[in-house]
Amino acid sequence: MESILHGVEGYMYPNEMELQWSVLIVLYPFITGLVAGAFILASLERVFRVESVKPTYRLALLTALAFLLVAPLPLQLHLGHPERSLEMYLTPHTASAMAMFGFVYLWYLMAVLVLEIWLDYRRDIVRLAQTATGPLRYLYRAMTLGSYDVSEEALRVDDRAGYVITLIGIPSAFLLHGYVGFIFGSVKANPWWSTPLMPIVFLFSAIVSGIATVMLLYMAATRLRQATIDMRCLDTIARYLFYAFIIDFSLEMLDLVHRIYEADESFHTLDFMVKTRLYLPHIVVQIVLGTLVPLGLLALTQLVNLTERARRGTYALAGVLTLVGIFAMRWNVVIGGQLFSKSFLGYTTYKMAFATREGLLPAVLLMILPFVILWALVRLLPPWTDGREAETAA
Amino acid sequence: MKVLFGHKDHLVRMAALFLAGIVVFLVLKAVFVPKGFGVYGHYRAGALEENRAHPVAYAGRAACVECHSDVPETAKGGGHAFIRCEACHGPLAAHAGDPGEHQAVRPESKVLCARCHAPNVARPARFPQVDPAEHAGDEACTACHTAHNPRQQKEGAK
Repeated sequence: MESILHGVEGYMYPNEMELQWSVLIVLYPFITGLVAGAFILASLERVFRVESVKPTYRLALLTALAFLLVAPLPLQLHLGHPERSLEMYLTPHTASAMAMFGFVYLWYLMAVLVLEIWLDYRRDIVRLAQTATGPLRYLYRAMTLGSYDVSEEALRVDDRAGYVITLIGIPSAFLLHGYVGFIFGSVKANPWWSTPLMPIVFLFSAIVSGIATVMLLYMAATRLRQATIDMRCLDTIARYLFYAFIIDFSLEMLDLVHRIYEADESFHTLDFMVKTRLYLPHIVVQIVLGTLVPLGLLALTQLVNLTERARRGTYALAGVLTLVGIFAMRWNVVIGGQLFSKSFLGYTTYKMAFATREGLLPAVLLMILPFVILWALVRLLPPWTDGREAETAA
Repeated sequence: MKVLFGHKDHLVRMAALFLAGIVVFLVLKAVFVPKGFGVYGHYRAGALEENRAHPVAYAGRAACVECHSDVPETAKGGGHAFIRCEACHGPLAAHAGDPGEHQAVRPESKVLCARCHAPNVARPARFPQVDPAEHAGDEACTACHTAHNPRQQKEGAK
């Protein structure tokens, strides 16, 4: 009791003193956001025919897959008993958004991402099945499904099918992350969360974080491969990041202005919280460092003629700050929403443990895991289109 | 297959794989979803019978008062009058059924009282709260207070 009471101020209901949703629940929307965002970036090339972002198309798809595979793990770790999660599929409750999400997840994973990646890579898979050596060869053979037809006609069929899947994939990506926002936005007892704007704010912040991640990964991977960066591609991604960020920031400000102007009975409590306990993560990290600074940097690249080197540096800094800002946004929503009492008379503190099931260590490991999976995927299915894939795969 | 579907052969194979996945899912559903699930609602109908079959653990206040009619008299008008007997004494159906065979255990007052009366900022300020060690040292709460009506102090209490 002593340890729980430490950090509690004013009046809290007993079940509010200790936070039930930990840092793992912060990771969950952050990771799914990266999935949705990376996929939207990939769809720019496929559906909207933005040719200049082509070098990142496959990387974006693999990034989305790597993060999607990890997305449910924070929830599994938070809830415990992962074997029970399958019951969500066997006996789904149609009135539960969380239960229905299981199907959205499965649909997005299998019918959208895996299928699109398979179709796009089929020519490479067939080639690798015939040229690769060692145990990997059997994996590639299995991935061909026994069909080695990579004739012009067959590839045209793949292209058409891939286009249709991307078309279906865009609303699916919107559904995937819109749902995450919906889960928070629909909690009517919590004024920090309860707003119909929440799904759309989450969605746009997801797009922003996904684009920033793929942009950074592309820059890092190009450097690691000692290849030349395609500046036309990088400039275009940065421009789309800038546009998406402006929409995201406008939506967040709309939400904020609306709250301030409406000033309902919860306003003083939330206002006090933002000015005290959430000042650093919300005002300093999320709004100033994580939004205004990267927006300013991206605006600078649009307005001033910078050298390639300066642009690369600016994009890298803006990308990192963007991810910090979006993570802070998830943190402020999830943790911030549990720091104040529903009596509006008290506040508690989030005490994060280290090496426990929901502590900092598993959170850091979960954040590293998608990059390990991505590394394996890139080794298995090289996404590079500049002629170096053969040497990487072989 | 190849002859039948021409250049769409690989798509048909993938569709067959998906179909196989769906069939596996349906088989798993048939095997793992318990019988009677969903008959009355989103639960297993058989659970009702299983719950009904559990032995009753609580006797209820009326059963207690049948023998211990003096306790409600003592509690009358006090802060504990509204508390059910088994909230403090635990489940007593076995004792009520055969008092000779099953003895009721008197709760440890130092532990039991602190559960509700130890200081806690979440409790209303007017609710009686004391630090048991500071208030009474090693003395049991019931050395001074009457458990069923704590405002009544026992003879000789300080």
